[in-house]
Amino acid sequence: MEKKTPLYETHVKYGGKMVPFGGFILPVQYETGIKKEHMAVRTAAGLFDVSHMGEILVSGPDSLKYLNYVLTNDFTDMEDWQARYSPMCNENGGTVDDLIVYKRGDNDYFVVVNAANTEKDYNWMCSHVPEGCDVKLVNDSDNWCQLALQGPKSPEILAKIAAPESIPEVYYTAIFNGKVGDIDCVVSRTGYTGEDGFEIYSAAENAPALWEMILKAGEEFGILPCGLGARDTLRMEAAMPLYGNDMDDTVSPKTAGLGFAVKMDKDDFIGKDALVADQPLARRRVGIKVTGRGIVREHCDVYRDGEVIGHTTSGTFLPYLGGSYAMAIVDSSKREIGAPVQVDVRGRMVDAEQVKLPFYKRSK
Amino acid sequence: MIDPKEPKYSKSHEWVRYDGDDVVIGISDYAQESLGDLVFVNLPEVDDELTVGEALGDVESVKAVSDIISPVSGKVTEINEALLDSPEMINEDPYDAWFVKVTDVQETEDLLSADEYDEFVKEEEA
Repeated sequence: MEKKTPLYETHVKYGGKMVPFGGFILPVQYETGIKKEHMAVRTAAGLFDVSHMGEILVSGPDSLKYLNYVLTNDFTDMEDWQARYSPMCNENGGTVDDLIVYKRGDNDYFVVVNAANTEKDYNWMCSHVPEGCDVKLVNDSDNWCQLALQGPKSPEILAKIAAPESIPEVYYTAIFNGKVGDIDCVVSRTGYTGEDGFEIYSAAENAPALWEMILKAGEEFGILPCGLGARDTLRMEAAMPLYGNDMDDTVSPKTAGLGFAVKMDKDDFIGKDALVADQPLARRRVGIKVTGRGIVREHCDVYRDGEVIGHTTSGTFLPYLGGSYAMAIVDSSKREIGAPVQVDVRGRMVDAEQVKLPFYKRSK
Repeated sequence: MIDPKEPKYSKSHEWVRYDGDDVVIGISDYAQESLGDLVFVNLPEVDDELTVGEALGDVESVKAVSDIISPVSGKVTEINEALLDSPEMINEDPYDAWFVKVTDVQETEDLLSADEYDEFVKEEEA
């Protein structure tokens, strides 16, 4: 039985087409459809319910030491209010999950994880506290809602309903004691769309009021409520990996293109030895642009010169670019930007080309 | 412009319109609505033989691929090539956006009238 987010009734009211995802029932799209929702985020703004994401609180005197051990990024130089993205690895260098760590203060961290992985992550984190490490972990997911306001008009929309001191100016920072309208919120300048925007956390019961307030403020800018479908096409266009597709327990974050968040020069962390052993990388992520006719999705074999060199991990028609694209993991030795490949789409060979990622980058 | 009341329907949501002895096949408004924004269409080629109950092609939305099931057996005389470049035409007007024209129709599955099809969709949705 799937859980409902605090916005379930609101989605139904707005015509959301409800589907199960990550243990929750969420809208895959509203009546406008995925393409229009996608374009709204690229050109104006969109509002997403991402309350399914999990929130884990980390506190205690050894919090920093613990995070540096259990996660691959380095949190040592983090300032209060900063957010930092990190994979979490297993001993084999595979990826347990990817997440965002917010520092609320010394020994006080707020960790946001993927919905379907919340229990898994919490159990993993609890069972990998080193002996003598004084840290407290709390799975606080049910108490939070999270809305994502994304798109170039997001700052103007938020400025109508929040005071400047509640709006973080710098990317990957957050304001923890912010207010949107008169609702207490955490306002974070982050997102999963490749656009400027905010992720806004609040107590679960505030979700419907917050949703209505943001949509009303955004009306004059052309804001649309957006579902999981557009969330997926937007993140793909921006080449942001999705856990479960582009990486999993068997794929290392470095293979998946997340090397920027793996700090090999810090002290021991879970998975480090395996990651050291996999250098140079045997397999690497690459972009695939379809030049023939067809839509390439995940789990399709990629061929170069008649030989399988890897497989796709995500792919579909990308609305802003107006074409068929995919991400793939291929043998590093066969990875060459510009080289032609073929993709096996249900038995039919579709011509494609290896391209650089991301497919789309917003102009600043 | 075709009145949705005019064609007959299959239970797999294709519409079939008779044009003399030949038939024209497309997908219903309910089908396009359920599939969402269509982004790709795969059609058979002219002279291909279609078999009742088997896929004649497929349509892809952003989220998924779905077979188009042929409600008849027969030979393809014409395909709507405009759909290949503009699959969104199916979303815009599913009764104008025909897929294939078929001649030498040998066999047809039991088709529903427009009213029967409406009932069928209601039952399926319930």
